[in-house]
Amino acid sequence: MAESYDKKVKFLEEMANKIRQKIIETLLEAGSGHSAATLGSADIFTALYFHILNHDPRKPDWPDRDRLVLSCGHYCPVQYVAMAYAGYFPLEELKTLRKINSRLQGHPHYGVLPGIEATSGPLGSGLSQAIGMALAARMDKKKHRIYCVTSDGEQDEGNVWEAVMFAGKNRLSNITAILDRNNIQIDGYTENVMPLEPLRAKYEAFNWHVLEVDGHNIEAIIDAANEAKSIYEKPTLIIAHTIPGKGVEFMECEFKYHGVPPTKDEAALALQELRTLCGKIEED
Amino acid sequence: MINPEVKLSPEIFKPEIKQEPTRFGFGEGLIIAGEADPNVVVLCADITSSTRCDGFRDRFPERFFEMGIAEQNMAVVAAGLALSGKIPFISSYATFSPGRNWEQIRSFIAYGNTNVNIVGAHAGISTGPDGATHQATEDLALMRVLPNMRIFIPCDSLEAKKATIAAAKIWGPDYLRLTREKTPVFTTDQTPFIPGRAEIFWEASKPQCAIIGCGPLVNNALLAAKDLAEEGINTIVVNNHTLKPMDEKTIIDVAKKCRAVVTVEEHQVTGGLGGAVAEILAKNCPTPMEFVGMQDTFGESGNMNELIEKYGMGTGAIKEAVKKVVKKR
Repeated sequence: MAESYDKKVKFLEEMANKIRQKIIETLLEAGSGHSAATLGSADIFTALYFHILNHDPRKPDWPDRDRLVLSCGHYCPVQYVAMAYAGYFPLEELKTLRKINSRLQGHPHYGVLPGIEATSGPLGSGLSQAIGMALAARMDKKKHRIYCVTSDGEQDEGNVWEAVMFAGKNRLSNITAILDRNNIQIDGYTENVMPLEPLRAKYEAFNWHVLEVDGHNIEAIIDAANEAKSIYEKPTLIIAHTIPGKGVEFMECEFKYHGVPPTKDEAALALQELRTLCGKIEED
Repeated sequence: MINPEVKLSPEIFKPEIKQEPTRFGFGEGLIIAGEADPNVVVLCADITSSTRCDGFRDRFPERFFEMGIAEQNMAVVAAGLALSGKIPFISSYATFSPGRNWEQIRSFIAYGNTNVNIVGAHAGISTGPDGATHQATEDLALMRVLPNMRIFIPCDSLEAKKATIAAAKIWGPDYLRLTREKTPVFTTDQTPFIPGRAEIFWEASKPQCAIIGCGPLVNNALLAAKDLAEEGINTIVVNNHTLKPMDEKTIIDVAKKCRAVVTVEEHQVTGGLGGAVAEILAKNCPTPMEFVGMQDTFGESGNMNELIEKYGMGTGAIKEAVKKVVKKR
């Protein structure tokens, strides 16, 4: 048991690394897109698509599947890459990201790519969509959960707090929101642009159950998601503390990589770092 | 003459005709739609009685959601409900929904193409004493530019009921425009309401002008047509209840027949019905036009009739517009 569990964790960690490499390749090919947060949240998306979500890539319309709403639509390259590895569509299609006639829009468009549950991109509205799905699930007496990945920068939006208030009032315990706390947004560090702290206390004051994890510890993310399932009276927020650009040393914690893809040289360096775990192992 | 095929009320033109706000018909239609389909749900933003959703709330409490004064969240929660197979109606005053939450409607309802019905109550200047902050005179323009959106503007309470029932059955985003004050109920249960088809309510021989109207002002258009006929100017009056998709064929037919057009709407003359008719005619059969509506100005406090007169949407103003455009034929 312990051995198979360790194997699973190792598989997930290796998958997260593969996803990071594919993000670099995909963004380089696309020529635009967001590097820092997509790398930073790779462990969260790996945990979701390869362990937490109850889903079947061969049956994306299965009514009892868990829903994943991506609120911060600009994170979609990491979601697309994770979905491709999970089997929703061929890896080859990732090369079409942000290009004409593609199903992989620069920000997700509901209805064109099976498995994408909601349109997103305009910030601060994903939790509201998740709430609608959670209300419908409750009305229909369905057991599936609604996951919502949200960013810290988008907490600036008023729409977020309308949604937080509503979910708390209605005790929507079938919602697990995962907030990628990477401390950056386009104009700088979040606490300089618009201070968010104390974030935990704010959500708790709105009647949410709040957990905090190291967003690069896949085991911890999974444990928190499991704990959220046991909370019956409140929606749960998992604040996942992450390093933007994680895995690529020169991108880590640099907000200038928020909204840009790697250059060709940067991509080569990034891929080498990821393949050798920053020089700790020999490249194949 | 009144088109006998549309079976308008025999009380039309009489002072004692029944008067009721269009929002009342919506409230009745909502309960009928709710009984017909268990997936119909209603979301309100703290003005449940005013938007006449209270009947639905009391009948189906488990399908009613009080959102608080939070129109942005309301629009997107509705999108989420629709993505899970529900048929949501969201209701507030039109200045706030689709006014304040327009981007949420654009992204998550129109672009996402979700099955949400947006109900804008208290539209137009007839909202009255509350003043310009609460008088939506831009909502049709806001909704008309959105792909996938359908727009219904009922002319009376009965038509509002029919439009509500239709909106619940039609898949896709709809906008339903309602008004606050009592206005004549001049249609009947037998009056046809077919989404996307404009109805000719009045047609006299050798018409010189087509009056194309929407909403309760269609009653004023009919009163104007009757007066004009007595003065020897014959017209056609079209009830254009569906602004999108527009019944281009009927618009082109009446324009060709009359060679002069007046549009009548309780909305800015840019971007609403007048704009839509002008676009169709410019493309298909350029025709002299006059535009009755708000002339690039905000409203103010006052009672409905005072405001309609002051801002040039009364029967007299419609008659003047007809006389003016007829000279340009």
